[in-house]
Amino acid sequence: MIVKRDKLTFWERLYLPALVGGFQVTWRHFSRTLFRGKAVTMEYPEQKWVVPPGYRGAPYLVKDQEDRTKCVSCQLCEFVCPPKAIRITPPGPTGAPGSGNVEKGPKEFEINMLRCIFCGFCQEVCPEEAIFLMKDYSLTGTNRQEMIYNKEKLLSLGGIHQDKIQKWKHKADEAKAQDVFPVPPAK
Amino acid sequence: MSAPVATEPKPAPPAVETLKVKVDGLEIAVPKTMPDPLTGKPVPTTMIQACTLARTDVPHYCYHPKLPVAGNCRMCLVEFGTPAMGPDRKPVLNPDGTPKIAKSPRPAIACATPISPGMEIYTTTPGVKAMREGVLEFLLINHPLDCPICDQAGECKLQEYSVDYGQATSRFVEPKVHKPKQVDLGPRIVLDDERCILCTRCIRFTKDIAGDDALGIVNRGSYNTLSAYPGKAFDNNYTLNTVDLCPVGALTSKDFRFQMRVWFLKETKSVCTSCATGCNIVIGAREEKVYRYEPRENDAVNSSWMCDSGRLNYKWIGAENRLTEIRRQNPGAGGEKITWTTAAKEIADRLLAAKPGTVAIVASARQTNEELFLLSQLAKKLNALTDSVPRIQIGDKLLLSADRNPNSNGAKLTGIAPAQLGSNLRKIAEGIGKGTIKTLLVFGEDVTRHGIGADLLAKLDTLVASEILPNQTTKLAHYVLPGCAHAEKRGTFTNGKGRVQKFMKAVEPRGDARPEGEFLHELVAAVNGNPGFTSIEGLFNWMAREIPAFNGLTWGGLGDTGVTIVLPS
Ligand code: SF4
Ligand code: SF4
Ligand code: SF4
Ligand code: SF4
Ligand code: FES
Repeated sequence: MIVKRDKLTFWERLYLPALVGGFQVTWRHFSRTLFRGKAVTMEYPEQKWVVPPGYRGAPYLVKDQEDRTKCVSCQLCEFVCPPKAIRITPPGPTGAPGSGNVEKGPKEFEINMLRCIFCGFCQEVCPEEAIFLMKDYSLTGTNRQEMIYNKEKLLSLGGIHQDKIQKWKHKADEAKAQDVFPVPPAK
Repeated sequence: MSAPVATEPKPAPPAVETLKVKVDGLEIAVPKTMPDPLTGKPVPTTMIQACTLARTDVPHYCYHPKLPVAGNCRMCLVEFGTPAMGPDRKPVLNPDGTPKIAKSPRPAIACATPISPGMEIYTTTPGVKAMREGVLEFLLINHPLDCPICDQAGECKLQEYSVDYGQATSRFVEPKVHKPKQVDLGPRIVLDDERCILCTRCIRFTKDIAGDDALGIVNRGSYNTLSAYPGKAFDNNYTLNTVDLCPVGALTSKDFRFQMRVWFLKETKSVCTSCATGCNIVIGAREEKVYRYEPRENDAVNSSWMCDSGRLNYKWIGAENRLTEIRRQNPGAGGEKITWTTAAKEIADRLLAAKPGTVAIVASARQTNEELFLLSQLAKKLNALTDSVPRIQIGDKLLLSADRNPNSNGAKLTGIAPAQLGSNLRKIAEGIGKGTIKTLLVFGEDVTRHGIGADLLAKLDTLVASEILPNQTTKLAHYVLPGCAHAEKRGTFTNGKGRVQKFMKAVEPRGDARPEGEFLHELVAAVNGNPGFTSIEGLFNWMAREIPAFNGLTWGGLGDTGVTIVLPS
């Protein structure tokens, strides 16, 4: 395809007026920033962008209002994670001692933040509402090892999630009302 | 396979009468009777068997082809019709001459209803779909939906059929009936009664197959609860088969409990090495770690079962103290790490320098046919005295063999072991004592525990020990060669009844360990100048040509379930 180019006018061919026009814009912003303090850019990292609700930042683990680690080590997120950033060590036969009818929790839970692409699949797949993409978008570290967040770190960054359903507590209460719990613990 | 392969003499199956039935419009001829899973006596063929032959899947929970029929779950309901009969007891015909089918007003359970001539079975009608949905909804009424913490998740029939016939939401608003959870049913089994769908597969297995009437259902209605007989432990040697049979996560294995989600496990076809039965198994492994064995169906060997002791005998594969270095040692004065090339060269030089008749080989009947064959080639060249160690214990009637070696027959057929395993061990010990035997190759055994003590080993000029785990013999050896577990290599065993079965590699060998066959191939090539075969296929086929009992076998021809040969009496 041939694109027909319009002929430049005399004024345009002079070239200098355009240069001056451009320089005027630069000058206008420069003086606005300098004398009237109206910057259009942000002084990152001193100033940080406040992300809108629903933003998908780094995934962290949460506890419920009763201080129970919500993750039960079902490993669905490990399976679904496209870049294989998640690595979970299941608890083995002892399960999660003291967790009552939940029976199970992760022995170790690692997310490699260098691999994570903040896709949110882990949050979406989690049947326990135990992992959420939060607002952190800029994670730094001085080496690769530091960027693999372990369970302790993920939980401390994730904080408390107000669980409205509390299904395990509900199940335990319902069973207690039927006089079945406490069950004989597995030996 | 064209070559005449000797198989066990089977009585020709009596000619079975066949019936013509239609499954979803597909007409097939089905035998009128099929053998009963327990007694083998012919019993009328059921609709579900006909559907299986027509390759039509009928969802089911309580039916299992290897167990007596119970017919309690109702998941297999199908609609059917039979040829209509006129008052004159003659089939009524359609205008086009085909027999008129009278559709039964009621459905029937496919697992327990015998077929009849001309029957038509419908598995895809809206009615059948609605029945499946209804049954499933009932099964889920009191189900705890523990999937995130349930070890069955991923291989659960309740999950699978829920995908096909389940509802997205529950219409049941009343509180669920709660039952005992985390019940310690036996030394190897955890029971979750809430997840149990009361199919009674476990009860039938343990009563009718394992012969231990330990389980039963107590209470009534929604309170039906599976339980062990009070005061009786569910601890026979076949309990873990109920975990495989249980279609849901009610019975789970303590050993595998919360170890790994099943969808991560890579499955490899293999053979159990704990006794001469050679049960076919599937090894579940993830990232070079073995997590479990499960039985694999082979009606010529183990049906669909395996014993608990064999199933749990895998931990040593991942043991911390595995031998991982090739070492040249000066017993008592330390040693050094060497390479496979150096080891092969030095050992070959020593063997070539040894006077014929001064070499002995103790191989293990836990080694593969191919490895034993290569060792027998060495022995032939060196005129060596050879044997392997017998392991006779008490067997049982079901699967466990008294011979705890997986390949005693392989050792005998390759000529490594005499007809009576272990009868040469004394001669070898005497030879070392008298000084006539100066070189000893030990593969996969600790000879100090089998009559060739440390004092005798100290007299040897050369002691080569190939082992998986360190022991007294490897400590005293001049050369230590790290070996592979069967899960780390390919090969074949010959079981107690002469079935040659192959197994595949599930995980990588540890450290520098290498399949024994590869190293032996190099050693044999260096000693007798015969380059042989590096690939397991070539090696097996070579062996099959050389050893009369194996004549006609090929690696490919073994298939997944093996071939039975005639054992020389
Ligand atoms: S956000 Fe996506 S990439 Fe990151 S851990 Fe979750 S699933 Fe993996
Ligand atoms: S999906 Fe949720 S409960 Fe399951 S392992 Fe991941 S965070 Fe834990
Ligand atoms: S038995 Fe099946 S459906 Fe029930 S909790 Fe376990 S995996 Fe889920
Ligand atoms: S425990 Fe499993 S196999 Fe036994 S009756 Fe219940 S669901 Fe069936
Ligand atoms: S499979 Fe037929 S009733 Fe259970």
